[in-house]
Amino acid sequence: MWTWFYKLASPPYVYGVAAALVPWFLGGAALALMYGLIAGLAIAPPDYQQGEAYRMIYVHVPSAVLSLTVYTVMAAASAVALIWRIKVGHAVAAAAAPVGASFTILALVTGSLWGRPMWGTYWAWDPRLTSELILLFLYVGVMSLRSAFEEPSRGDRAAALLATVGIVNVPIVHFSVVWWNSLHQGATIVKLGTPSMPGSMLWPLLSMWLGFMLFFAAVLCLRLQGEVLNRERQSTWVREAVKS
Amino acid sequence: MNVGALAAFNLIVRRELCLSFRRPDQLLQPLVFFLIVTTLFPLGLSLQLSLLRDMSPGVLWVAALLSSVLSLDALFKSDADDGTLEQLALCGQGLTLIVVAKTLAHWLVSGAALVVFSPLVGTALGIPPSAFGTMMLSLGLGTLTLSWLGAIGAGLTVGARRGNVLLSLIVLPLAMPLLIFGAGATDRAISGTDAVGPLYFLAALCVFACTLAPFAATAALRITLE
Amino acid sequence: MTSNGFWSMGGYARYVWPCFGFALAVLAWNLWSARRHLCAARLRARRELQMAGIDP
Repeated sequence: MWTWFYKLASPPYVYGVAAALVPWFLGGAALALMYGLIAGLAIAPPDYQQGEAYRMIYVHVPSAVLSLTVYTVMAAASAVALIWRIKVGHAVAAAAAPVGASFTILALVTGSLWGRPMWGTYWAWDPRLTSELILLFLYVGVMSLRSAFEEPSRGDRAAALLATVGIVNVPIVHFSVVWWNSLHQGATIVKLGTPSMPGSMLWPLLSMWLGFMLFFAAVLCLRLQGEVLNRERQSTWVREAVKS
Repeated sequence: MNVGALAAFNLIVRRELCLSFRRPDQLLQPLVFFLIVTTLFPLGLSLQLSLLRDMSPGVLWVAALLSSVLSLDALFKSDADDGTLEQLALCGQGLTLIVVAKTLAHWLVSGAALVVFSPLVGTALGIPPSAFGTMMLSLGLGTLTLSWLGAIGAGLTVGARRGNVLLSLIVLPLAMPLLIFGAGATDRAISGTDAVGPLYFLAALCVFACTLAPFAATAALRITLE
Repeated sequence: MTSNGFWSMGGYARYVWPCFGFALAVLAWNLWSARRHLCAARLRARRELQMAGIDP
C-alpha cells in the first residue's frame, strides 16, 4: 500500500491517474448534484421560519465548506511539496487555488443573496463573513505570488509557504460562530450529537455537498494534468502523453 | 574571529540601526505617511471633532497598518540587491538569528517610532489622553506582530516582480485580526470600558508571531536565496 | 404553479434563482477554465517538442 504513495510522487503516474479519474468524478458529481437539486428544490418541504428562501442552503453550504476544504488540500499539498520536495505537490496546490477562490466567491455571493431577505442586509462585518473574505484574499495572494517570479519553481515554493502560513484562517472561519457573537447561524451538521435538521432537508444537502466534492475532484484532476505538463515539459514521458 | 551568537545579534541590530540613521529622511518617511493618511480621513469626511472621536481608533490603526506595510519593503531589499544577504546567510551564525535581529531593528525604527508618535496623532483625531496608554500598548503589540508578518512577506517577495504591491497584498489580509482587536481595544479605552480582553488577544497574537514567524521568515528567505 | 410554488419560491424568487444561477455559472466556468488550461498546456508541450525536432 505504501508503494502506491510513492507512485503518487511520480508526475507521469499522477498524470495518467488524473486523466482516468476525470469521467468518473464528473459522472458521480452529475448524479449527486441532480438528486440534490431536484430533491432540494422540489421535494423538501419549506422551512417554518424562512419559507422557501432557505433552499439557498443547497448551494451556499456546499460552496462554503468546499472553500475551506480546498484551501486545506492546497495547504497540505504545499506543505508536502516544501517538506519532502515532491514537485507534484506544487502542481496540486497550483491546480486547487483558482477552484477554491471561485468557491469562496460563490459562498460569499450566495450568502449575500441569502442574507438580504433574512437579515435585511447584503453584507455585515461579522466574524464569519469577514474571515471568509480574508480567505478569498489569501487565495488571491497565493495565486499572485506564484506568478510573480521569473523562475516558476521559486514562485511555486514561495506560494507554498504562504499557503501553509495562511492555514490558520481555516479554523478561524469554522469556529468564528462559536468564539464570537455572530449574525451567522451556528453549526447544524458538523457538531457533536445528531444534526439539527430533518431528514428530508438533510439528504439533499449531503448530496449537494458530495456532488460539489466530486466536482472539485474532477476539476482538480483536469487542472492537475495541465499543471504537471507545464512543470514537466522537458521530460521524455511527455512525448507519449501529448500524442493525439 | 569567532563571534558568539549574542554578540552577532547585537552586531546586526547595531548595523541596521546605524544604516537607518545614516539616512534620517528615509527614517521619517513612514511617520510622515502616518500623519498624512490620518489627515486624509477628517478631510475626506469633514466630521466634527466629537464624531471623529468615534472613528478615531479605526482611522489611527488603518494609518498605522498602511505606513508599516510601506516600510516593510526595505527590510531585506537593499541587502538582497548588493549581495549582503547571501553573505549573512553564509556567515555561519544561522539565518534565523539574522532574521530576528533585522526584524527587531526594523521594528525599533518603524513600529516603535509609530507608537511614540501616536499621542500626537491621537490628539489630532480627538482621542482623550486617558486612552493613550491602551492605544500605545495596542499599537506596540500590533506593530511588533505586523513586523513579523511583514518579515515573512518581505522574505517571500524579495525576488518578485512588483514586490512592494505584492507584499501589501500578502501581509494586509493576515493583519486584519490585528486591526480588529487593536482598534477594538482603543475604542473601549476611549469609551471608558475595560480593554483587557482585546489587549490579551493582541498579546497572544504577538507571542504567536514572535515564536513561529522567525522560522517561517527564514524559510521564505531560503526560498529566495536558493 | 401556485404563488407559493416552485417558480416564485414563496416570493423569494429574486434571491433564490439568481443564487442557483450564479452557482451554475461558477461550476460551468470551473469546467471550461480547467479544460482550456489543459488544452493550452498540451499545445505548449507539443510546440516545444516540435521546436526541439521531436515530432510527437
